[in-house]
Amino acid sequence: MEVAKVENVSRVYKIGEVETYALRGVNLTILDGEFTALVGPSGSGKTTLLQLIGCLDQPTGGSVWVNGNDVTRLNRNQRADIRKGHIGFIFQFFALIPTLTAYENVEMPLLLNGHSAKDRHERVMELLEAVDLLDRAKNRPDQMSGGQQQRVAIARALAPKPALILADEPTANLDSANGEQVMEIMTRINKETGVTFVFATHDPRVIKYARRVVTLRDGGIVENGAGQAK
Amino acid sequence: MLNLIKMAFRNLGRHRRRSALSALALAVALSLLLFMAAFFKGEMRSSMEDTLRLSSGHLQVRDVDYDPDKSSVAWQYLIENPSQVAGQVAALGPVKFATPRLFASGIVSVSNDSAGVQIMGVDPASEANASYRDGLVSGEFISADDRNGILIGYPLAESLQLGIGSQLNLLVNTSEGQVDEQNFIVRGIFSTGSSTYDKGLVLLPLAKAQAFSGAGNRASIIFVMLHDREQADSVATAITGADYKVETWLEMNELLVLVNDFSNAYIMILNLIILGVTVTVIVNTMLMAVFERTREIGILSALGMKGRQIITLFLSEAALLALGGVVVGLLAGWALSAYFGSVGIYFGDMGISGMIIADRVYPYLMLEDVINLTVTAFIVTIIASYYPARLASRMEPVEALRAEK
Repeated sequence: MEVAKVENVSRVYKIGEVETYALRGVNLTILDGEFTALVGPSGSGKTTLLQLIGCLDQPTGGSVWVNGNDVTRLNRNQRADIRKGHIGFIFQFFALIPTLTAYENVEMPLLLNGHSAKDRHERVMELLEAVDLLDRAKNRPDQMSGGQQQRVAIARALAPKPALILADEPTANLDSANGEQVMEIMTRINKETGVTFVFATHDPRVIKYARRVVTLRDGGIVENGAGQAK
Repeated sequence: MLNLIKMAFRNLGRHRRRSALSALALAVALSLLLFMAAFFKGEMRSSMEDTLRLSSGHLQVRDVDYDPDKSSVAWQYLIENPSQVAGQVAALGPVKFATPRLFASGIVSVSNDSAGVQIMGVDPASEANASYRDGLVSGEFISADDRNGILIGYPLAESLQLGIGSQLNLLVNTSEGQVDEQNFIVRGIFSTGSSTYDKGLVLLPLAKAQAFSGAGNRASIIFVMLHDREQADSVATAITGADYKVETWLEMNELLVLVNDFSNAYIMILNLIILGVTVTVIVNTMLMAVFERTREIGILSALGMKGRQIITLFLSEAALLALGGVVVGLLAGWALSAYFGSVGIYFGDMGISGMIIADRVYPYLMLEDVINLTVTAFIVTIIASYYPARLASRMEPVEALRAEK
């Protein structure tokens, strides 16, 4: 089953009179349960492609489908609903809310999705246990290491039980040991829950975890590994 | 919602000093506004009360041709048999008391010093003299049959260096347009609280003032106080007599009413200026928060937070700031007003023609002003914070996420 699909997508940034193509006519289908790496050098379009699939940005041309919805036809609030219910994000810079504890950061998407207090508590504790951070539940981001913060971000991305998790360079700000740990957690969760992961990276140590590798260069896909459904 | 408020509270705690200063700006502004409102209200209230109590009363009955500015005692301008007229007026239900008063121009002289005064002949037994009787600084009140006793105001006594038992010479313009003079002995020195008023007034028993000025059994006015001043018009209508005219306190104190209205408008403009400046400080704080937290707004947006929730978050921060500022400002403004309301603020002789202004102003904080100013300060802050909040809600997630941390 298709979780996401991009059709002939292009994204052009216009700075003054200069037009820069971040993506040119890209086609890609992500199937349920995949563990896919988008690889390529800086400026190849990996992050832009993730942002378009994640409904964080709108393409200049083409269409993007998430869970059967053409998100290019949706307004801001509808796209926010798609993100809230169907997509989890993991960012390179961890992107936790600094004033909230680990528990509260993980709880945030559940609050936005209107879960009951009991459901939220059970789900947050389950997820913190899954990323081995139960003892850090009451810590705020500045009281945790980078690796711990990224594990909180993984738990948060998983909280609303999304169909798709998008991770942009999830290990770029981590040392090797923490990077390995994060990738192992992501792999384990993918296998255990079947949630689809798409991550952008150019780190060979991360690429080895991927079951499918899509290579981008200059805004186009140059090598498209076959999709593996679960 | 509760969680957004919790987040908002914590966000304010990130820059405690900045948040505290912003709230303090609102607190200082609100306390000043409250104090200012209390000050003006106290001033206008005492000025109105003093003017009614001492000078105009709630009603005055006069001869149709009498001009209060000239204080003439020519017979054609005076009311004949004033005690009888006063008695008739006093018989009306809403009237608290009515008493005849005779005004004449005079000059007090002691040795080489002299001062122009208004001589007021009063019925010593009347309740209307309570302000002078209760305001005696020394000596005693004049009696009806006192033939050479006089009451003088404290500032006049001071400037002419007069004490109880001192003798002074009083010159008066008589009803025949002549000048007469007589020596009087100071029986008492009064202070009504307004130096301007007290320094230009001397009191004689009505009978003595009538005899001294040649007015005979006549008076300049019937001074009337009512149980409720709002009934002045209806009582005025009830007092009939072809030779009389009746003026209400509103007609006699047009300047005071005008100043009162003007001070209300003046306060409103000052309120707007002070609130405007304060709100600018708060909006600036909120804008700084929005720009500093651009990436965070992107994260919340990526998690699926909608524009209106982001607006709610920032408005909650503004509301908490405003709440803190308003509570502190309310307490400070109340404390300031209460303290100065009990000890007063001394301004001294602030004479304005047509108004009696007390030397000491006692701020008086009205519940109506407290509610109006507090609610206005709170609401204006929230409304003004809508702009930064909306700015935050309109950020494109991808742009916001790209912002520097």
